[in-house]
Amino acid sequence: MFQLTHVIATHTGKLTGQMIRRLRLGGGTNLPGSLARRVAPDVLRTLSATLPQGVVLLSGTNGKTTTSRMLADMLQAAGLQVLHNRAGANLIEGLTTTALAATDWRGRTKAELGLFEVDEAALPQAIDETAPRLVVIHNLFRDQLDRYGEIDTVARAWRAALATLPATATVLLNADDPAVAALGAGLTAQVCYYGLDDAQHATGAVAHIADSQFCRQCGQRYTYPLAFYAHIGHYHCPACGHQRPAAQVALARLELHGAAGSQLYLRYPGGALELALPLPGLYNAYNASAAFAAALALGLSPAVARNSLEQFSAAFGRIERVNLGGTPLLIALIKNPVGASETVRMLLNADRSTASNLHLLISINDRLADGTDVSWLWDADFEILAGHVAHVTVTGTRADDMAVRLKYAGLEPQRLTTIPALDQALDHARKQLPAGTTLFALPTYTAMLELRALLAAQGWVQHFWEE
Amino acid sequence: MRTLHLAHLYPAEMSVYGDRGNVIALRQRCAWRAITLHVTPVAPGDQVDWASFDLAFFGGGQDSGQALIAHDLLERQGPGLRAALEDGLTMLAICGGYQLLGHYFLTHAGERLPGLGVLDIHTVGGKQRMIGNIVVETKLGEQTVRLVGFENHSGRTFHGSGVRPLGRVLVGYGDNGEDGRGGAVDRNIYGCYLHGSLLPKNPQLTDHLISLALKRRYGPQVGLVPLEAQLELQAQQTMLGRLLKRFA
Repeated sequence: MFQLTHVIATHTGKLTGQMIRRLRLGGGTNLPGSLARRVAPDVLRTLSATLPQGVVLLSGTNGKTTTSRMLADMLQAAGLQVLHNRAGANLIEGLTTTALAATDWRGRTKAELGLFEVDEAALPQAIDETAPRLVVIHNLFRDQLDRYGEIDTVARAWRAALATLPATATVLLNADDPAVAALGAGLTAQVCYYGLDDAQHATGAVAHIADSQFCRQCGQRYTYPLAFYAHIGHYHCPACGHQRPAAQVALARLELHGAAGSQLYLRYPGGALELALPLPGLYNAYNASAAFAAALALGLSPAVARNSLEQFSAAFGRIERVNLGGTPLLIALIKNPVGASETVRMLLNADRSTASNLHLLISINDRLADGTDVSWLWDADFEILAGHVAHVTVTGTRADDMAVRLKYAGLEPQRLTTIPALDQALDHARKQLPAGTTLFALPTYTAMLELRALLAAQGWVQHFWEE
Repeated sequence: MRTLHLAHLYPAEMSVYGDRGNVIALRQRCAWRAITLHVTPVAPGDQVDWASFDLAFFGGGQDSGQALIAHDLLERQGPGLRAALEDGLTMLAICGGYQLLGHYFLTHAGERLPGLGVLDIHTVGGKQRMIGNIVVETKLGEQTVRLVGFENHSGRTFHGSGVRPLGRVLVGYGDNGEDGRGGAVDRNIYGCYLHGSLLPKNPQLTDHLISLALKRRYGPQVGLVPLEAQLELQAQQTMLGRLLKRFA
């Protein structure tokens, strides 16, 4: 059964986690797993195998945390005990830490099903170690090229890993992302697609930041009858005929109702339903569609999935509303060009009355977890902000780069203040704000953690590991 | 009102690491001087009258992107582009675009991929990626400028005697991580590995390129109206302070 090394590994991990939290060193979401893996390198493999309902992995560039939280809510609503890396620690050490936390001192787990969001680069190893019953791949955009390398390299590694899955496993793919959809060809595992079928969300042309515009089979440029954002849309190859696969779970109609949320009409094999999603923006509708399709693939009832989506509240910092003693603050994470462009577009559509009068706090860091290369700021569409901004405060280790970006995007310099220190920047941004106006904060990942820590110290929010 | 024409080579295939920021910078610093910069994207298969252009920009791409355009660059655009560069066309090429201007790229597997051969350089594929912030000290006219950027390449580029280095690497790897050379220049062709984007945060180089193009089009007496660049120079200084402190 359980080897001694695994018991020692479990103890090492659990003790480390308790100490980190007791000494108030932070959330302790990585180190325990890292230490346990030194004692027993296959501890995650062993723990995964003890889960009676198996493991679900979810990966992609954008939307991992939100989508996996949506799915976790559905699974819990269906009465399952779910092991989930909620805090977003999605490297292999983070997965191991999560698995250890739900394990008792004798190495037995209380959970029935493991649900892990997984870093793009860590997915192949996670597939190997957890032998998942379901893998969801959401999208693939350029992100931290200094860390991940080219997106073609990422896609190749994914493909090799997915090819090892047996016929009992299911792979759920976004039909609208050509690089992701192409992963489904020739797999032993069962393949299922989800996607958007509502033509009203098509824009005129494929965006300049589209990464995968070329046919995965013959290299010709795809034709896009419908382009939704970046390289996401309905595409076909004029040369070889390769085309977007039909989506079994389809978002047949989507009504975006600004900051309040959206109305989704979903079709699936054997039925259709309508739901009110309390999150704004096209990308969150995609997240909900992916979570819904995953729930059906796991055998959940559509009604349970709908009810939890309608009551969903987003993960810290992704889209979060905070009340700063009467000042409404909306935090939306930005971490790569596609996500940043979609977030900015969401802000502009959020509230027509304030859309030309936005107050922003943009915090750009270049720490390891953000990506040390800030070139991506130039791939994001900040141009659409011009003429819609009352005031922007830029902060972070790369505040100066962001200020230059906004100047070249066409913002008047007098609407722009650069304050590298976050606490002073937040104070300044609040002082610019007319009463009742929302302050929109757009931080990179580590900037978001800093902002959350600052807000927690001021008593407005909880620490993330307490959520 | 003056007008300049810029050809953006293969923006769909050759655009990673924010290289479009270079085009944005050129366009804005022209616009703020009441110069209209017309940008023409060049796609594979396009017929291009290279003699009508004043500026060309060529960014970096993924390996797959480079494979898609190499043939078009060499066969279709090659003769016209080469003649225009010979005639003084101002060009900036970054990373993959820079490599493709050289004689050849020797892949890790030993395959020799031909380039346009307009710069006397060649590139050898390496195992190790050279990634990180970079500072290159260069001379633009009489002015010494420290350019800041971010490099991310595994190809190592070596210079022949027909080019002069754009500058000396103060921080980072540079063209090959060995000889301290950062970028190459010949005639009005500038190539290097600096992403970042390069031009927005190094307005001295942006203005230098615009000035070269203006003089070629409108005569050597035409100068550039000075522009304030407080935010740009602040961003440049912040990174220089951060990187050179470690260097000193």
